[in-house]
This record gives sequence, C-alpha cells and structure tokens, in this order.
Amino acid sequence: MSKALLGWRELKPGGIIEEPGNSSKRLTGDWRTFKPVINQDKCTRCLRCWIVCPEPAISVVDKQYSWPNGRSWKFTVEVNYDYCKGCGMCVEECEPKAIDWVEEVK
Amino acid sequence: MSQMAKPFFRTVYDVPREEYFAPGHGLCAGCTAGTIVKLLLKVAGPNTIVVNATGCVEVSTTPYPYTSWEVPWIHVAFENTAAVASGIESAIRVMKAKGRLDPSKQINVIALAGDGGTYDIGLQALSGMLERGHKVMYVLYDNEAYMNTGIQRSGSTPEFAWTTTTPVGSVLRGKVQQKKPISDIVAAHKIPYVATANPGYFADMMTKFKKGLETNGPSFVHVIQPCTTGWKFDPRYGIVLSRLATETGIWINWELENEQFRVTVPVPRRKPVRDYIKMQGRFSHLTDQDIEEIQKIVDQEADRINKMVGRTVIGPVVEQ
Ligand SMILES: Cc1ncc(C[n+]2csc(CCOP(=O)(O)OP(=O)(O)O)c2C)c(N)n1
Repeated sequence: MSKALLGWRELKPGGIIEEPGNSSKRLTGDWRTFKPVINQDKCTRCLRCWIVCPEPAISVVDKQYSWPNGRSWKFTVEVNYDYCKGCGMCVEECEPKAIDWVEEVK
Repeated sequence: MSQMAKPFFRTVYDVPREEYFAPGHGLCAGCTAGTIVKLLLKVAGPNTIVVNATGCVEVSTTPYPYTSWEVPWIHVAFENTAAVASGIESAIRVMKAKGRLDPSKQINVIALAGDGGTYDIGLQALSGMLERGHKVMYVLYDNEAYMNTGIQRSGSTPEFAWTTTTPVGSVLRGKVQQKKPISDIVAAHKIPYVATANPGYFADMMTKFKKGLETNGPSFVHVIQPCTTGWKFDPRYGIVLSRLATETGIWINWELENEQFRVTVPVPRRKPVRDYIKMQGRFSHLTDQDIEEIQKIVDQEADRINKMVGRTVIGPVVEQ
C-alpha cells in the first residue's frame, strides 16, 4: 500500500476528494491471519454473511452453481480476499456452518 | 394520517445489492460500524448527503486522499454535525423553491455521529436541529465511549465499564454513573420519529432507517455498535454480542412514531444479563453482586417499557 504523498500544490481546495469510493485502492486483505472459505456445497445462500460483512468484502454474484445432489442456485456468494480483514463475523453468522476458518500460511 | 406499520425490509432478499460504501477503509477488523454504515447507505441510496462528525467512522473511512463514500459526504467538527445538516437541508429547500433544484427530487440528508459526538459534544446542535424541525435523519452509532482517541468514557458509557478514564483499581471500579437516556431526551423534543436499533436485527434496523428517511421532519435512529477494541471481545463476536444485547434486554429495540410507542423486537424470554457482560473484557472486574445490580436495572427498565406498551413485550429472565 505504499504511495507518494501529495504535495500541497496538488491538493484540491477544501481537501475535496473527487473520486467516490477510491479507498478500494487500499487493499486491507493483508491484515488477515485467518481467512473465511465458503464451502459452496454447504452454503444455503441465506446471505447472512453478506449482510454482516463490515468491509464489505463479501458479494452476491450472478453465477450459477449446482450442488452434487442436483440442486441448482442462480447466484453464488464470494469473498474478496483483497479486502477481507479476517474478522470472522461471517463464520459466526453462518448457520449451516458452510464457512471454514483457515489459517493463512505464507 | 398515520402510516401503516408495514415492514419495508423483511428478509435478506429485500436488501439491495448495490453498495455505496467501498472497502479499503481502516475500521478495525470486525467493527460493527462498518456493517451499520454499509446497510444505512443501501437503504438511503445515491441521492444522499452524509454529514459526519469526527470519530472512528469519519477517520477510518477518509484517510486522505481516499474515501469509502460513494455519496456526497462532509466531515464536520464534533459540535456542529446537526447544525451543518440543518444548513444543507435548508439550502436544498431554498434551491427547490427558487427552481434551482427539481422540487420532486428526494435528497436524503443524514447526520452521522458517535456517542461522544452526540451525548456530549454535539447535543446542543442536535437539540436545535430537532426544535427547528429540519428534515434530517440523525444516526447515532453508539459504542459507549470515545473510541477513536483510545477509549475514554462518554455520557453513554454504562455503569461499571472500564475505560482509560474510568480505570479499575482500589479506588474506582469502572464508571460510576449510569448511561444517559439519550433517546428519551431526543423523544422529549416531540419529533415525529425516534427509534433504537441493532445491527444484529438488520431488517428491523434497515426498516427504521427507511422510516426515518421518509419522515417529514427530524428523525433519530440510535444504533448499538459493539466495539471489539474498546469492549474487549474477539472480533468475530460483534454481531453475536449485538443480538445478545437485545436478548438480555439491556438494549431494547423500539420506535416512537408520531407519539405511538412500539417495541419492534419483543423478547418473550430474556437471557440473563450475565451472558452479555461475561463476553466483554471491559466488565471483567465485575463481581456477582455487581452483575446482580446491573440485572436489577435491566429488570426495572423492562418493567417501565412493558407498562408503557400496556402488556409484556420484554418477558422475564429464563435461564437457558
Ligand atoms: C473538538 C474536538 N475535541 C476532541 C477531538 C479529538 N477526537 C477525535 S475523535 C474523538 C473520539 C470520538 O468519539 P465518539 O464520538 O464516541 O466516536 P467514536 O470514535 O467512538 O466512533 C475525539 C475526542 C476533536 N477531533 N475535536
């Protein structure tokens, strides 16, 4: 996340930031020591993890997914590891226990 | 003409997929303020102006030159959040009257502040905004201390809680005073909408944000916001703890809509308040007797609420 600081000549009057949501250039995923891994075969698409994620680093995408028993889902829940800080709130929230808590090893 | 008490958000499928809160902010891992703000913006949508007091949310979401906000946002001092929001709302009204803005366009003005910025420092401006009747929704995220400067006590810190300015030792055992009833103080201004909410009950919370934004006048939504750093609990339990607050009755989710009082999340069987206390390091010095004392206060408040409603909505403590 290294960046050159702006000099005063480059600053906008009033400290205005002209690019909405540009904090997404800051990748906070490196804060993590454990990561949530969604087991798509157990995920019942209740979306509770998506509701609670404070980053937000969990999204609902229109990607079809079929369980081994043939049940098919129109959408999938995905974790964005660029931003996930590994708080584990999603793991606690997951009723079917479909999110594994995996230690990061480098 | 009273609005029907119809819920706007019932299930996760009522929640829009669009995000107006970008990742990359610096809130602690497991900060429930992130959850609250993200869901608030999903309800409010793009035609929204946010006025944000100094505090964790402000500092963490705008590490210059970056911002996590996808809607117009302004940082103001502690003292004048509600005053700036009042000014913005008035400007919109005048510009509509003069034809410089489409009068049919709904523009939400939201004031957002922590407990230090609301209970203590911004109270005067808030009271003025409520009295003048500005159409602004004031959202208070309550983490029960000045967290951004390192956990100092505020008017919201509950009795017995450890903070750096209410230390635990041989003289003091955490905060001496009780939590100030800020929502009752706001309600005494007789504004059209006041509510308390909890991110553990997202549909209830989002419905209250929606109602607040649709109120023709000032509205106030007071949200409990468990703080992993200041309350000292494992970051993964933020939402569990939020829910436990309501399950134990220490946090009651209610709304006061046009003078009609309603408990929106009834709790027929309460859990003992000990369950909530024991999860938090800030209460780790408490004796059984202290916890008993807190339980009594919670019981009294439940009684008061039940009397106000006219029936038992917050039930007795049942060991489970
Ligand atoms: C007038 C003024 N006094 C003090 C500060 C220093 N300060 C910055 S953030 C903060 C704590 C805010 O606490 P709160 O409103 O409870 O929000 P939180 O940080 O808990 O989200 C303080 C005291 C300031 N910025 N301005």
